[in-house]
Amino acid sequence: MTKVLELTGITKRFGALTANDDVSLSLAQGEILALLGENGAGKTTLMNILFGHYTADAGHIRLFGQDLPPGQPRAAIEAGVGMVHQHFTLAHNLTVLDNIMLGSEPLSRLRSARSGTRTKLIQIADRFGLPVDPDAKISTLSVGERQRVEILKALYRDARVLILDEPTAVLARPEAQRLFETLREMTREGLSLIFISHKLHEVMSASDRVAVLRGGKMVAERVTSQTNPAELAELMVGRKVERPMRQAHKIGAPVLVAKNVSVGPSEARQLEDVSFIVRSGEILGIVGVSGNGQAALGALLSGLTSPSSGSLMLNGIDAARLGPRGLIGNGAGRVPEDRNTEGVVGELSIWENAVLERLRSPDFSHRGFVRRTACKDYAAGLIDRFDIRGATPDTRTRLLSGGNMQKLVLGRVLSNDPQFVLVNQPTRGLDEGAIAAVHSELLAARGNGAAMLLISEELEEAVALSDRIQAIVKGRLSDPVAAEEADPQRLGLMMAGIWTEPENAHAS
Amino acid sequence: MRLERRAQTPLSVVILVPLVAIFAALLLAAGLIAAAGVNPLTAYAEMLRGALGSRLAITEMLTRATPLIFTGLAAAIAFRARLWNIGAEGQFFVGALATAAIGHTLGVPGWLGIPLLMLAGMAAGALLLAGPAFLRLRFGVDEVVTTLLLNFIVILFVGLMIEGPMRDPLAFGWPASVPVDGAFRLPDLVPRTRLHIGLLFAIAAAGIVWLVLARTVFGAETRAAGFNAQAAAFAGVSLPRTIMGVALLSGALAGLAGSVEVMGVTAGVTTTMSPGFGYAGIVVAMLAALHPAGVVGSAVFIATVFVGADAMGRATGVPSFIADVIVALCLLTMLVALLFTTYRIRR
Repeated sequence: MTKVLELTGITKRFGALTANDDVSLSLAQGEILALLGENGAGKTTLMNILFGHYTADAGHIRLFGQDLPPGQPRAAIEAGVGMVHQHFTLAHNLTVLDNIMLGSEPLSRLRSARSGTRTKLIQIADRFGLPVDPDAKISTLSVGERQRVEILKALYRDARVLILDEPTAVLARPEAQRLFETLREMTREGLSLIFISHKLHEVMSASDRVAVLRGGKMVAERVTSQTNPAELAELMVGRKVERPMRQAHKIGAPVLVAKNVSVGPSEARQLEDVSFIVRSGEILGIVGVSGNGQAALGALLSGLTSPSSGSLMLNGIDAARLGPRGLIGNGAGRVPEDRNTEGVVGELSIWENAVLERLRSPDFSHRGFVRRTACKDYAAGLIDRFDIRGATPDTRTRLLSGGNMQKLVLGRVLSNDPQFVLVNQPTRGLDEGAIAAVHSELLAARGNGAAMLLISEELEEAVALSDRIQAIVKGRLSDPVAAEEADPQRLGLMMAGIWTEPENAHAS
Repeated sequence: MRLERRAQTPLSVVILVPLVAIFAALLLAAGLIAAAGVNPLTAYAEMLRGALGSRLAITEMLTRATPLIFTGLAAAIAFRARLWNIGAEGQFFVGALATAAIGHTLGVPGWLGIPLLMLAGMAAGALLLAGPAFLRLRFGVDEVVTTLLLNFIVILFVGLMIEGPMRDPLAFGWPASVPVDGAFRLPDLVPRTRLHIGLLFAIAAAGIVWLVLARTVFGAETRAAGFNAQAAAFAGVSLPRTIMGVALLSGALAGLAGSVEVMGVTAGVTTTMSPGFGYAGIVVAMLAALHPAGVVGSAVFIATVFVGADAMGRATGVPSFIADVIVALCLLTMLVALLFTTYRIRR
């Protein structure tokens, strides 16, 4: 097979940190290469060097037999490299066609050649099996469709090597499967692909070859058919990791009870007639395809919205209108869906984030003044107890890695010994080591009698942690099933909205 | 050459950035001075001499710095919370007007009247900003527009008052308001100069604002809301209460600037009593990187430019409008220079 791309001896340092250490990599014509590694292993840095966003300190890149000049994205594009970023770069108020054209036309043109672009776009979409409506506004498209537009954008610029950075991070399982089928078809059209991932199952099912990065070094290359997930996990983490298992134990009394709760105006309900019970020492898992009301459920249980009808009781008191501080004051803890936008204020120090939810409690302030020593001691305690690495109480929070930031958010919730905890997507974007750590913290809190509601789009996670599972579909909840009875097929049907309508709406 | 995000900003950079910005602004203005046919070095030497060259010059400069400290603090605290108060000029004038109106007839001794009049000026400024803050919170009206346009309304209103109900009959046809009672004039800090104890009030205000921002629950919530409103709201910080609190504090500081200027310097209100203290306050705050202690220093610098430019104009014939140009350039260069506190250049 001919090599389309060769990276040789790439080294990149950021200050004291070596993000890539003498990394070499090659890609053959029509091949799908998975670049596997934990967060911070240097995957994205390497691809940014290839695409010209960064300049390597050493090493060089050959593309189709030609040397690629470093640090010039335009040269990379012209040589046929396309990159699809994890966070899309689309203008929401423009159409698909407009977004494809943006930046691909010289400014000196007075009129843009829309009809030509449209013809070429439709041809490409046909050829690669990426159907799309050129006149749809981006804001009306689903996440999967937006990703398709991103890929088309690269193909429109005649990309022959396509790089996808964590392409499934934003996709639900069926969408991800469809994406990989499409990618496979694209290789038949002569494209070569690199996708970045830290998810073992998709690497196993979608790639021809795997390159594993750890700590900036290339530690192994395997042909996918000759390896297995356990080996890859060990190569990626550098040691054996196992997620903790849930142990059966006695479940206590109901802590949080929602009865026929609806959220939103009656013509556009975000949650419709939702009922559930969470008991002490129990994890109730809510599974579903992204965008089916998880956000509204999260906002409701975080105290950011109130039900428009129905009742929400926490330990026997009305929790419908308590707000964030009221919920916390009554023994609730909340782990938000997105730790960066809701969980922490990145520019503030760790100690300030640690106490932000409870600043007004006498533990942390006195007559309106912050008790800084007490706050910092508390934060130091969290860092110690929850193993938050690379941190002192005064560290700026945005410098933490995703896993350590999540440990901080978890720590500030769990150290308060909450009786009820909302846990929303607790391991999104985390690597295996961090996932195992988060799972054992959650199970420890369950062991201590906390009632927990886990919203997760990761089925393995929901099944492994939850005692009972309900599916959320279009703002409605299915009846709960015990985790033991939740085989993948049954969950799949539940998530598709196929469940027997309950005779008694509040049964559980 | 490209920009890379810094992990942590060293203190040396934090201090160096405004100095570099000032240097760049002076360099750019030097081009204009040269175009006016004067050697920029001579002109800047005259400027320094005019602002710092004698005891009298220094006291004049500090007199000018006093309201700038207040308006700089007003902008700094508002900007920290991402409340874009461009209306300090208007708040300055309502503070001044309220002080003159009440201070003309108030029949109490000075030790009681001066604090009362300061409170009156603060209340007037706070109320003026409460309106735009309410409109933003309730209807999402952009406060940049409302506060900026209110400035013009206020100045026309001041004109109306000093031509009409508050006209000073003893001002011989000069448009000026009635003066505050002599009992309420602020004592001189240095005898036989215009420098008054308002400077000490301003420095104390900077200390209080620092204390509030850095040490109180309200300050912590304000900074959290300014950096990441969504995360602050999730943590239970009431955004409306925080924004309104900041608005009242910011408006009060700008109103206090007007109040202290009336009691310390002008006695009555005129439409020309501010050479743009409110707008220059924005530059003061930005040069200080929104830090209260820095505000004192940058107010002194801007006052040096203002006072020095007058002297430079007299000595060299360069129009003293160059002061406004330098101040405006400082804002632009500072905005560029601020990039380097977050980013650094690689290769």
